[in-house]
Amino acid sequence: MSIKPATLFDKVWDSHVVRKIEDGPDVFFIDRHFIHEVTSPVAFLGMEGRGLKVMFPEKTFATADHNTPTINQHLPVADPLSANQLKALETNSGKYGISHWGLGNPKNGIVHVVGPENGITLPGMTIVCGDSHTSTHGAFGAIAFGIGTSEVEMVLSSQCIMQPKPKKMRINVNGKLGKGITPKDVVLFIISQLTAAGATGYFVEFAGEVFENMTMEGRMTVCNMSIEMGARGGMIAPDETTFNYIKGREKAPQGEAWEKSLAYWKSLKTDAGATFDIEYNYNAADIEPMITYGTNPGMGIGITKNIPTSEVAGGSKSSYEKSLHYMGFNEQEPMLGKKVDYVFIGSCTNGRIEDFRAFASIVKGRKKADHVTAWIVPGSHIVEQQIREEGILDILTEAGFQLRQPGCSACLAMNDDKVPAGKYAVSTSNRNFEGRQGPGSRTLLASPLVAAAAAVTGVVTDPRELIA
Amino acid sequence: MPIENVDTDQIIPARFLKATERKGFGDNLFRDWRYESDNTPKKDFVLNNPIYSGKILVGGKNFGSGSSREHAAWAIYDYGFRCVVSSFFADIFKNNSLNVGILPVTVSPAFLDKIFTAIEADPKAELVVDLSAQSITIAATGESESFDINSYKKHNLMNGYDDIDYLQAMKEEIKQFADKSIY
Repeated sequence: MSIKPATLFDKVWDSHVVRKIEDGPDVFFIDRHFIHEVTSPVAFLGMEGRGLKVMFPEKTFATADHNTPTINQHLPVADPLSANQLKALETNSGKYGISHWGLGNPKNGIVHVVGPENGITLPGMTIVCGDSHTSTHGAFGAIAFGIGTSEVEMVLSSQCIMQPKPKKMRINVNGKLGKGITPKDVVLFIISQLTAAGATGYFVEFAGEVFENMTMEGRMTVCNMSIEMGARGGMIAPDETTFNYIKGREKAPQGEAWEKSLAYWKSLKTDAGATFDIEYNYNAADIEPMITYGTNPGMGIGITKNIPTSEVAGGSKSSYEKSLHYMGFNEQEPMLGKKVDYVFIGSCTNGRIEDFRAFASIVKGRKKADHVTAWIVPGSHIVEQQIREEGILDILTEAGFQLRQPGCSACLAMNDDKVPAGKYAVSTSNRNFEGRQGPGSRTLLASPLVAAAAAVTGVVTDPRELIA
Repeated sequence: MPIENVDTDQIIPARFLKATERKGFGDNLFRDWRYESDNTPKKDFVLNNPIYSGKILVGGKNFGSGSSREHAAWAIYDYGFRCVVSSFFADIFKNNSLNVGILPVTVSPAFLDKIFTAIEADPKAELVVDLSAQSITIAATGESESFDINSYKKHNLMNGYDDIDYLQAMKEEIKQFADKSIY
């Protein structure tokens, strides 16, 4: 009897359905649950109101990241509301026996950085967190996506959520990326082609040479931003690159368990002949360093291009004009040469060691532009340690930059790292929404190389001109 | 609100997510579109115009994109809305809405245009949403369209049940499933 060819997504999804409800969602089992201080307190309150307990505390991991300061972390958190949230996470984790990496813990950092870093994220898993960038973990061939607080309560109390199965999309990028083109550019390019809502209702598999040749950190950057085209999540089939990354990490399987896991993980790929609801193909040679000019991540262009007219950009003209007005830009202007006030490198999108290596490669031997304020924020303490050990800190210091402490920081500006109204920030984060980096702030999303080029020149600059 | 891509950072900016209880979010609904930085209301924003009122919020395409913060749905609910109408919703926002008791109604782009036209002609124009019949009607013109919702969620909303109750009732089945899990 022949077995029907299945996609990677089908294999992982179908093996986690506890019950199918007719004309309703699937009851979907969750292998790993990450929680943080912002979206979990109300879930714990809700559980207490119903008299429920955490069903499998060993499957949930807590870290503080969204609302933490990035300087003086050894001091008490000044904002009483933030301090209260951090305390709630600690208390709730302690009460139910959930592993908690709070502020000051050497394992602390952004949830989507520390999960993979410590071997908690593994291929074939289902992973959720009350954070839309949970899609990051899809880089390992996991089904990972963001959930709301009611769903956090469901996972805590029953290890399941109710989910309709999304449709399937495959995005193939083949060919070879040019000099100075990073995973961030690949994903910003894809989103610019599909729009910020182009993959809504779908789960995406990224396939093709470009992803096969990408490091795990690069794959995480790509999957991280799947949500920015509306996708439920994105995933990449695990391969030797994946297995080499995981092997030896603290919570990864060891010995016999490793061999057994490996055999299973190797089966996690889309079979020949399996079909998708929709498929897109792109050529790596068409991708330039990217930058956004508007107020959603789909409004991105190659850095050497001019801002498109509303007719070319598509969508509603009034929404487009509102967006450019907010940014203080006009149609058909070039992006190159625009003045930059702030530069932010960090976040769950680009806060890993390879991102800081890339940033340092351009900064080395140059100086920070005087008028630029730069926030250099590692994704975790482990990344911070690597920055020090590899001599990257020396390069940064020499060039006039200061290293901050780990956290989500200026990506969502819940803490004090806020870009002032009207100022322009080149940011390696994931969203350029109005006010995302502080009320009235104007965000230009880009790669760590573009961020570095802006930091040393003070204007939007093609990083290829600065690469030796 | 005929604006496309209304994201969750506009619905409730991150700096208002610091509460540990679910209350008071309605005050900060659309904070930066609704108020100047000195907290005076912006006159041209729809929620500040007393001519508009009601329990149904109508928004442009791709409503609720961005973050998973359920606070966005809480803010809309707390303000007094019970239904959001758009031609297209972001996935997580749609789930969150259903989980907090807001009905997201997806209409065709043409019908959305008709609604905006009706509101433009008469800001008091009435919209009738009937969950039981799965229909939305512009009262003045009688134009109507049906909308989709799965029967499980419809049953929950109409009876005030939620997913947590459902899951609690099948915990033994979940436990058996978990026993076979390799993770």
